[in-house]
Amino acid sequence: MAPAEIREAIIEILEDIAPDEDLSTLEDPKAFRDQLELDSMDFLDIVMELRKRYRVQVPEEDYGHLNSMASTVEYLTPKMEDIAV
Amino acid sequence: MYDTIIIGAGMSGLAAGIRLAHYDQKVCILERHYTIGGLNSFYRVGGRDYDVGLHAVTNFTEKGAKKGPLAKILRQLRFKWEEFSLSPQAGSRISFPGMDLKFDNDIELLRSEIASHFPDQVDGFRKLEALIGGYDQLDQESFEQSTREIMGTCITDPLLTDMLLCPLMWYGNAREHDMDWGQFSIMFESIYREGFARPFKGVRLILKNLVKRYRSLGGELKLRKGVKRIHVQDGHAQAVELDDGEIIVGKRVLSSAGRIETLRMCDDVSEVDTRQVGKLTFIESISILDRQPTDLGLDETIVFYNDSDKFHWERPQDDLCDMRTGVICSPNNYEYSDGQQLDDGVVRITSIAEFDRWNQLDESAYQVAKARWYDRAVESAVRFVPDFRSQVIATDMFTPKTIRRFTWHDNGAVYGAPDKKLDGTTHLDNVFLCGTDQGFVGIIGSIMSGISIANQHCLRD
Repeated sequence: MAPAEIREAIIEILEDIAPDEDLSTLEDPKAFRDQLELDSMDFLDIVMELRKRYRVQVPEEDYGHLNSMASTVEYLTPKMEDIAV
Repeated sequence: MYDTIIIGAGMSGLAAGIRLAHYDQKVCILERHYTIGGLNSFYRVGGRDYDVGLHAVTNFTEKGAKKGPLAKILRQLRFKWEEFSLSPQAGSRISFPGMDLKFDNDIELLRSEIASHFPDQVDGFRKLEALIGGYDQLDQESFEQSTREIMGTCITDPLLTDMLLCPLMWYGNAREHDMDWGQFSIMFESIYREGFARPFKGVRLILKNLVKRYRSLGGELKLRKGVKRIHVQDGHAQAVELDDGEIIVGKRVLSSAGRIETLRMCDDVSEVDTRQVGKLTFIESISILDRQPTDLGLDETIVFYNDSDKFHWERPQDDLCDMRTGVICSPNNYEYSDGQQLDDGVVRITSIAEFDRWNQLDESAYQVAKARWYDRAVESAVRFVPDFRSQVIATDMFTPKTIRRFTWHDNGAVYGAPDKKLDGTTHLDNVFLCGTDQGFVGIIGSIMSGISIANQHCLRD
C-alpha cells in the first residue's frame, strides 16, 4: 500500500469507529484529538482494527505515533508497504 | 479452546462478548438462567410483557452527540443511535414531606427548583456540581470517598442532601446509608445531567440487538449452563466446570457473576468472606391499569418518594420490606416518537426488601406475602401520586427471590457488593470481573463495564 492508500484505510477505520464525525475537513498535520472527539478507547480501536483488517501489529509503546493522520501514515508506511490493496 | 469464557449473559457479558468477537476471538457466554439479560431481563405472564430491572435507561443524549457514555458505548459496539431507539422521559420528581423537586433531562429545571425551594443552597449546589467528574476521572481511592462527607462541604441543608441522594441511591447504590463518591458522581452525571429514556419496546429491544450482534460475529451463547467451578492451577484458571459436569477450556474467564460469587467458584479458594456481599434488594409491585396513567393525572415518568425528612437507605430491620421510601415508574410516560403509546397503563412501584426473610417463606406463605406487600406498596405510593387502585385490571410482583433467579447474586443484591473492584482484577491472573461488582451499574453502566474490562484485560494478547 502506498501512503495515499494507507490514509484511505485509516479514514475507513475512523468512519467505522466514529460515524458522527465529519472527516472531510480533517487536517493531516494536526492531532486527531484536536479535531475529533476521540478518547483512549477509540485509539485502541484504531490499533485493533489495523490488526483485524491488515494484520498490522502496533505495540503499545508506539501508540504515540498515531497522534495525527500525517504521523500515522508515516509510521505505518514501512509496515504496510507490502500489503496488496 | 476458547479465547475468553464469559460468565453471565447480562448487559455487561453481552457487551464484552461483542467487543471480543468483533476482534476475532473465539468467545463463549455461559448463562445459568434459561434467558438472557440478568437483572435487566423481561418475562411474559398472562399475555403481557414485563420488564425486570429497567425503569429507565440513563445517560440519555440526543442523536449525533459525540460525548457521554451513551455515545461511547454506541461507538464501541458499532451500533447506530436508532438501534437503541430511546425516547426521553416526560419529567420526574423527588417527593419528601412538604417538599417536591422536579427534574427532567435538562439540569436547568433542577437548578431552578433548588433556587426556588432552597435559595440559600444555590451556591452550594453549584459547588457540588463543580466537584463531579466522569468515568475516566476516577481511581479506586477517590471512588471510595464518602459522598455524605463531600456533600457536607457544599450543601448545609440535610433535607436537600437527602433529596438529591434519594434517586441516585435508588438507581445505583450498593452501600447502606452512604454512597461511594465515584458512584455518586457517575449517577449524578447519568441522571441529573443526562437523564432518563426508554425504548418503546422496553429492555428486550436492547437485549435482542446485543444478542443478534454477538451471534452475527460468531459468538456462542449457552443458556441453562451455570458455572459450578473454576479449575485453578498455580494462580491461573485452567477451565470451567458446569453444573452438569461439562468442562470448558478457555485462555481466560470474564465473570459478571459478582466478586464473592466468582471467588466461591474458584477451587483454590476454600472460604469467602460473605460479610462483603450486598444487602440491598427490592420487591416490585406492578399494576396494569384499564387506562393511561395520564388519564388519572399520573403524568410523571418517575417519582422517588420518602415519607419523612430523613432518608433511610438500608436493609429492612424487622420485616420483609420497608415502605418508607419507594420509586413509582410509569413506562407510559415517555415521549415516544410518532405519538406511539403502550396499550396498557402500567405503574411499577419498587420498595426495599430483605432477602433472607423472603427466601425463608414456604410456597404458600410466599404467595400470601406477595399479595400483602403488593397492597402495602401501592398504599404507600398513592400518598405521592393520584390513587389508581380502582383502575387496576392485573397485577404482578417480583421479589428478591426473582432477582436472585435472574442474577444469581447473593441476597438478590440488585447493585451487587458495596466494595467495587474498578480495575476488574482478581487473585488469578486470567480471571476478571465485569458487571455490577466491577462498579458501573444501570444499563449503560453495565454495558460500559463489559466494554472497558474487555478492552483492558481481554483484547490485547
